[in-house]
Amino acid sequence: MEYLIIGNSVAAAGCIEGIRRRDKTGAITVLSKENYEMYARPLISYLLAGKTTEDKMRYRPIGFYEDNNVSLLYDPAAAIDVRARTVETVGGRRLSYDALLLATGARPIVPPIEGLDKVKHRYTFLTLDDARALGASLRPDSRVLIVGAGLIGLKCAEAVRHTCAAVTVIDAADRVLSSILTREAAASVEAHLAHNGIGLRLNDRAARFEGNTAYLASGETVGFDILVMAVGVAPETALAGLAGIEIGRGIRIDARGETSAKNVYAAGDCAETLDVSSGTVKNMALLPNAYMQGECAGLNMAGGRAVFDRAIPMNAIGFFGLHILSAGSYIGSTYTETADGAYKCLFYDENALKGFILVGDVEKAGIYTALIRERTPLCEIDFELVKQKPSLIAFDRAARREKLGRAV
Amino acid sequence: MKRIYVREEWCLGCHLCEYYCALADRGGKDMARQLKGIKIKPRIRIEEGKEVCFAVSCRHCTEPLCVKSCLTGAIKKEGAGVVTVDREKCVSCYTCILVCPYGALSPAERGTVQKCELCAEKPGGPACVGHCPNGAIVYEE
Amino acid sequence: MAIEYQYPEYEVVRDHDRCIGCRVCERQCANCVHAFIEEKERMTADESKCVNCHRCVALCPTHALKIVKNAHTFRENANWSGQLIREVYRQADTGGVLLSSMGNPQNHPVYFDKILINASQVTNPSNDPLREPVETRVFLGKKSHRIERDGRGAILPKIMPSLQLKVPVLFSAMSYGSISYNAHEALARAAEALGICYNTGEGGLHEDLKKYGKNTIVQVASGRFGVHVDYLLSGAAIEIKMGQGAKPGIGGHLPGSKIFGDVAKTRMIPAGADAISPAPHHDIYSIEDLRQLIYVLKEATAYQKPVIVKIAAVHNIAAIASGIARSGADIIAIDGFRGGTGAAPTRIRDNVGIPIELAVASVDRRLREEGIRNEVSLLAGGSIRSSADIVKAVALGADAVYIATAALLSLGCHLCRSCHAGRCNWGIATQVPELTKRLNPELGHARLINLVNAWEHEIKEMMGGMGINSIEALRGNRLMLRGVGLTQKELDILGIRHAGE
Repeated sequence: MEYLIIGNSVAAAGCIEGIRRRDKTGAITVLSKENYEMYARPLISYLLAGKTTEDKMRYRPIGFYEDNNVSLLYDPAAAIDVRARTVETVGGRRLSYDALLLATGARPIVPPIEGLDKVKHRYTFLTLDDARALGASLRPDSRVLIVGAGLIGLKCAEAVRHTCAAVTVIDAADRVLSSILTREAAASVEAHLAHNGIGLRLNDRAARFEGNTAYLASGETVGFDILVMAVGVAPETALAGLAGIEIGRGIRIDARGETSAKNVYAAGDCAETLDVSSGTVKNMALLPNAYMQGECAGLNMAGGRAVFDRAIPMNAIGFFGLHILSAGSYIGSTYTETADGAYKCLFYDENALKGFILVGDVEKAGIYTALIRERTPLCEIDFELVKQKPSLIAFDRAARREKLGRAV
Repeated sequence: MKRIYVREEWCLGCHLCEYYCALADRGGKDMARQLKGIKIKPRIRIEEGKEVCFAVSCRHCTEPLCVKSCLTGAIKKEGAGVVTVDREKCVSCYTCILVCPYGALSPAERGTVQKCELCAEKPGGPACVGHCPNGAIVYEE
Repeated sequence: MAIEYQYPEYEVVRDHDRCIGCRVCERQCANCVHAFIEEKERMTADESKCVNCHRCVALCPTHALKIVKNAHTFRENANWSGQLIREVYRQADTGGVLLSSMGNPQNHPVYFDKILINASQVTNPSNDPLREPVETRVFLGKKSHRIERDGRGAILPKIMPSLQLKVPVLFSAMSYGSISYNAHEALARAAEALGICYNTGEGGLHEDLKKYGKNTIVQVASGRFGVHVDYLLSGAAIEIKMGQGAKPGIGGHLPGSKIFGDVAKTRMIPAGADAISPAPHHDIYSIEDLRQLIYVLKEATAYQKPVIVKIAAVHNIAAIASGIARSGADIIAIDGFRGGTGAAPTRIRDNVGIPIELAVASVDRRLREEGIRNEVSLLAGGSIRSSADIVKAVALGADAVYIATAALLSLGCHLCRSCHAGRCNWGIATQVPELTKRLNPELGHARLINLVNAWEHEIKEMMGGMGINSIEALRGNRLMLRGVGLTQKELDILGIRHAGE
C-alpha cells in the first residue's frame, strides 16, 4: 500500500497513527507546505507569550516520522489526479497513491479593506512563520491593532500584551468570541480582558487604513504600529476543488472520512463535519476533531471500517488565567448560574443536553461534553444534579458500573 | 493492562484516597509534614450523594479522548497503556478537561493539568488502592 | 436542667501539629464525636459520645489521635469502684436494667492462663510439623462403641452423621440481625475456605448464603426465628440453643429497630417487631422433652445431620451434659461465662455461669466415668482467645472449640462493648447501611482465614513439641497439662497436676 497525506499537522498525525494501527509496513508519504516538523497551530500564541518553546511545540516526539516509517517531504502538493491516483508537487514530483488524505487545513480570511495592502507591518496569525514574523516585529513601544475578537485574535492579544505598549482589538460583533459566547457570557470575559489591558472596540470595524491609522466605521480612529488580521479562517479546498472533488462547507466527506473521490479522504480544518449537537453540517476548525477525523480516515485507508460520527463544536480557551470551556449548540432552554466570578450556562431540550458555556469554574466539564456527544437521554440521569455540578453520581448504578467498574 | 476499578458498594466516602494521592504527588512519607496547612488537589476525587459515594480517577481509556484532543501532544498513552501528562509540554489549555467524560483531569497545584498516572514510578502500585481501608478501589488486570 | 451525672469516660487526644484536617475521623464516627470548626479550620471532639472503638484512631492517616481513659476520678475506694458508682447513677437516671455487650470483663480467674503445656525432651521425640504430618482434622458426632468386622476381618464402617473439620475450630453462633450481612458473609466464606463451619445463630439463614450450607450450622433457639424445613436441610448440622455463656438462664431480645428488610424476611417475622427469644424453650422442661425436639429435627432431616445441643456452663453442668448425651444429641456445645453477646443484662453477664475450663474438664470426666463419652462430641466455647487456649481446651477434653469474639476481632471489632447501641463503627454489630458497608467481606473473610491458618500452624507446633501428631491423641490428654498457682481443688476439677509434679 502507498499512502499519501497532503498536509503535516494534527489530522496528518491522526491519519499516520490510524494507518499504523492496522498496517505496519505500507509506505506513507507526507507533503508539507511548512518547513517544520509537525506542530499544533494553536500553540503559536503560547510560543509568542513565552509559555512554550519551538522545541516543546513538537506535536510528536523526535523520531516520530522514522518510527512510523513516514517520508516527510517539504514539497507542497500542486495538483491531484484522482483518476490516475497521482499527485503532482510544486517541486515537480509525481507521486502515486493507493489512498490519499487531504489535510490541507485552513487559511486566514483577509477581507478587502481599503488601504490594507499598504500597511507596512501587517500579519495574519495562523502559522509558526506568522508567529515568528509578528514576534520579530514587536517592540516595547509597539501599538498593536488586532482585527477580530475571535479565538485567534484574542489569543494573539493575550500573547503580545506584555511585550508591547498597547493592544486594541476590534470586532464588528457586539461581543468578544461571538462564535462561542452569548452576550451574557461574554460580559465577564470582556471585563477580564479590559482589566488585563486589552482595549476592545466592539460593534465597530475598520473601514480603511491610511499609513498607521485605522479609520473605523464609527468615525473614530486608532493609531497602530502593527496590524494583525484575525477575522477568521476558511477551509483550504482549492486543490480538492480543482481535482473535481465535491466541496460543501469544506471538503465533503462521509462518516468514514472519504470524499466524493474513491480512496481520497479528507480530515481536519479543510473538511466539513456533521455537528451531532445541532444536526447540521459545518466546517469545524477544531483540533480534537482534526485528530479524530484523521485517525478515522487513516484506519479506513488501511482497510478498516471506522466511523467518526461524534463531532460537536467545542472550545477550551483561556486568557490571563480565566478559562472558558464551551461545547455543543446554544439551542433550547437554558440553565444559568453565576457565582464568585464564575459563569455557567447549559442549553438543553426535552431530552438532551445541547450545549454549555463555562467561564471560570471548569471542573469536570468533560462530563457535560460527553452528555452532548453521546446524546444521553436526560431521563436516564439525574439532570437536576448534573445542572448544578457535572458528576457521575447522576448516572444510575448500572451506568456507573460500566464507566468505573470495568475497562473502558 | 492493570487498571484501577471502583467498587462503589464498598466506598465509605472517607476521602483517604485523596489524601494519599496528594501525598504520593508531593513525595515523602510523613503526611502530617507534607500536607499540613495545604488545600490538597488530588488526582482521584470522591463523588458523594445521599446514599452512594465512589472515587473517580483516570480510566486509562482504550481510546482516550484526552490524548486525541491534546493540543501539545503532552498527553500520551504509553506502551503499557498508562495515559500520562508531560507537564513540561502542557500549556494548560484545558482541552483535556473539556473532553474527558469522567472528569478525571484537573488543574494541578503547580499549573498545567494533572491526572492519575497509576503511581507508575512507585513500587507497590497506586497509593489510593493500597490505602483504601475497604477494598473499594482495586488495581487489577 | 437536671444534673448530668455521667461524665465522659474517655478523652480524645489530638495532636494538632499532626492533624491535617482531613476529617476522616468526623466522617467515620457514627457517634458524631468529631467535628470540624470551619472558622478555626480545626477539629474538635465531643468526648461524651466516645465509646473508645478506635475507628478514628485506626483511620487517621497522620496518627494524630489517641483515646485515653479520662483521668477524672472519684475519691479512691476499693469497695465502691468508679464503675459501680457510674452504674448506680445511670440506673438512678433511667430506672432500667443495665445493658452490656461482648464478654464478661470482670477480673475473674482465667484458668487457661494458669495451665501450662508440656513438651518432649530426650526420652520421647518431638515432631516437626514442617516435615512430618500433624493431623488437625476432627470428626464431630457419635462414635460407635466397638469396631465390627466382616467374616474376612475387614472393618465394617458404621459412620453416624458427623461434622468434619480441617481444624478443631468453628465460628460460634451470631445471628444475622445481631451482626451484619457482611459479617455473616465473611464468616461463611472463611468457613468454606478453611473447611470448618460457622453458625447462623437464631436469625435464620439469608438466601444468598445458602450456597455455603456444607459449612453452616443452622441454629434452632427458643424463638424459633427463621426455622423451616429448607433451613434445616441447608445446614451441615443443627444446633439447639438451650443457653448462652454470656447470659445463662435468660433469652434474647433484638429490638424492632434492627428488624427490617432482609433481617425481617430471614427471621420470618414482621418488620419492626421486636424479636424476643424466651428464656426457656417453652416445649422443653426435661431431658425427655429435649429428646423429642432432637428427634423432631432428625426426623425432618432424614437422620442425615448431627444435632448439637448448646448450653451455658452453669453449676451442675456435668449432670446436665450427661442427660443431654443420653437424649440423642450428637454434639454438646458448652459455652463458658466469658462468652460474648450482642446484648446482655450487665449483672447477668458479669455474675452468672462458670468458667469453660472447669466445665469442659468436669463434663469430659463425667461422661467418661459413665462410659458414654463416645455418644457425643464436646465443643468448648466462651472466650477461646488463642491457639494455646485451643490446645488446653482439647487436652481438658474438648473435641473442638467455638470462637466468636476472636473472629470478630479479626474483622475489626475493638471490643468497645457497645454492640447493643447498634451503631458499630466497624460495620459488624449494626444494620445501618452506611455502617454495614464498612465491612467488606472480601477483606474480612481473608482476615478470618489468616487468623485460623495462623492458629492451625501454632497448634501443630505445640502438638509437635509434645510429640503428638493428631488431635485425637491430644483430646483429654491431661498429662500434657500442668497447673500453676492453683489450689488442689481446682487441680482436681481440671484433672491435672501442679507444675513440678
